[in-house]
Amino acid sequence: MTADVTGDIAPGSWNPKRDRAKMVQIIVKIIFGAFAAISIFTTIGILGTLIFETIAFFQEVSIIRFLTETRWTPLFASKQFGIFVLISATVMIAVISVLVALPLGLLSAVCLSEYATPRVRKILKPILEILAGVPTVVYGYFALLTVTPFLQTFLPNLQGFNALSAGLVLGVMITPLVASLSEDALYSVPRSLKDGAYALGATKRETVVSVILPAAVSGIVSSLILAISRAVGETMIVTLAAGANPTLGFNPFVPVMTMTAFIVQITAGDAPHGTTAYKTLFAVGMTLFLMTFALNIFSFWFVRRFREKYD
Amino acid sequence: MASPTPSSSISAVAESKSIALKAEKVSVYYGSNLAVKDVYLDIPEHEIVAFIGPSGCGKSTILRCFNRMNDLIPIAKVEGRILFDGEEISGKRVDPVELRRRVGMVFQKPNPFPKSIYDNITFGAKINGYQGDYDELVERSLRGAALWDEVKDKLKESGLGLSGGQQQRLCIARAIAIEPEVILMDEPCSALDPISTIKVEELMHDLKSKYTIVIVTHNMQQASRVSDRTAFFNAIATDKGGKMGYLVEYDKTEAIFSNPKEEYTRDYVSGRFG
Ligand SMILES: Nc1ncnc2c1ncn2[C@@H]1O[C@H](COP(=O)(O)OP(=O)(O)O)[C@@H](O)[C@H]1O
Ligand SMILES: [Mg+2]
Repeated sequence: MTADVTGDIAPGSWNPKRDRAKMVQIIVKIIFGAFAAISIFTTIGILGTLIFETIAFFQEVSIIRFLTETRWTPLFASKQFGIFVLISATVMIAVISVLVALPLGLLSAVCLSEYATPRVRKILKPILEILAGVPTVVYGYFALLTVTPFLQTFLPNLQGFNALSAGLVLGVMITPLVASLSEDALYSVPRSLKDGAYALGATKRETVVSVILPAAVSGIVSSLILAISRAVGETMIVTLAAGANPTLGFNPFVPVMTMTAFIVQITAGDAPHGTTAYKTLFAVGMTLFLMTFALNIFSFWFVRRFREKYD
Repeated sequence: MASPTPSSSISAVAESKSIALKAEKVSVYYGSNLAVKDVYLDIPEHEIVAFIGPSGCGKSTILRCFNRMNDLIPIAKVEGRILFDGEEISGKRVDPVELRRRVGMVFQKPNPFPKSIYDNITFGAKINGYQGDYDELVERSLRGAALWDEVKDKLKESGLGLSGGQQQRLCIARAIAIEPEVILMDEPCSALDPISTIKVEELMHDLKSKYTIVIVTHNMQQASRVSDRTAFFNAIATDKGGKMGYLVEYDKTEAIFSNPKEEYTRDYVSGRFG
């Protein structure tokens, strides 16, 4: 700085409180750091307990039994721990729910982002949000008391508790999630790309199908995976509507028991601390955690692999 | 402020050339904002017509009238008559999808689809039901856009992996793949480096024998290098505080640059404003 530039300003009229600003800065950093640390330690704590109790479980029950037995009877005298009994139910219900949520969610997303006039949008979006806000216990009773009886009118061998109704209603529950995240993905497809398609003589449908959907595929898939994670971890609907009868296989007409339903059963009854049943809880919880974790990793990888970079 | 009368500028094309595109008293509104007013313009076949003028004076807006891209902007409203090969294209009865197959467009920012180079070219052909040989179409279009030699070994790679200049030529190749009669270019070189710009300009010269080309450019040298005719647009402030564009003068490019009739044009091409 040259003297004649600063010369106009009286030197005493500027006195920034640098020290105080620095202090505040440090304190703010510490506070936010503390909050960040709390969430990290909570996660570590949960994981730690899960791992610790799971190891304890596998000291009593071999991992081979866990993976190969065909029945799930940890509370009976003749105990069996075939986890695939619970996994099959969880997977079946998740698949049914995705079969509902993918077309419904994706169609509403396309409709909202590409077809709806601002007025239709104004009506449709809140409806979706209401759907997302319905408590899961209500969905559960709806599945058990409305959907199942209705389905039984033309599926006579459908039992009172079954995977089908639970899966269908679960699908409706996760639809808003798929719809809203997919809509974000569709919305973020650059305007210039759509213009490019229209300028080549594409109709709206052709633009949506051949340009917009492929360009948004990474976002759509990750929304779907998030929805699957929700479906896998969902508890209330499956506990109420799918029953509590561990059955190996993929028959949607009979009562089944998902991993989450089992956890509810054990925690609701009182399995004494330290018993095998108690430890089973953690082994199942761990399995559930690993499944959703794997889904998230896959989604992360997929998005990085397939996301297009537009600048 | 002088009144924006279009004066002799509308001076349609004097010689008996056939007219590809014609604008008759075209005005475009965005909402209630009058963006461009009363444009009269004749664009002869197999010529290159450049639109120049300060930004915001409605060059892109008028360009988009010729392939009805303004239809995609909900608040845009076009008034007046636009004729293509003597037929009115501005009415409700004309299908813009059909029109856009015959009037192609290249945008300011290269916008290849996130697909392979090959699929970028065949996209338009597929949706328009092209019956011929696709490999041949891809080669012909890429050669036509002077891109073939650079990409012939990587046709399956993504179009987004190309350099900016190559992407823009890919977009030109994509546009000529559906064999339009007219190509509209909205500042096609503004995102390109000088060497790519020269390549695209040379390309336009080659394309002229087959297509009518309308190019918007903010670069006056470019207009004088490539175009046969030049339309100079300007904007005046409106009472509502907005800007309203109008066509000041339209003539052969030499005339616009060496002997313009309007003072505004003279000031603009001599670099005194804009
Ligand atoms: N999509 C749009 N919505 C609203 N106003 C627009 C839109 N596009 C252009 N305009 C307005 O119309 C006028 C002309 O714009 P444009 O045709 O892009 O000018 P140019 O291409 O000459 O720079 C500008 O004032 C601009 O703000
Ligand atoms: Mg423009």
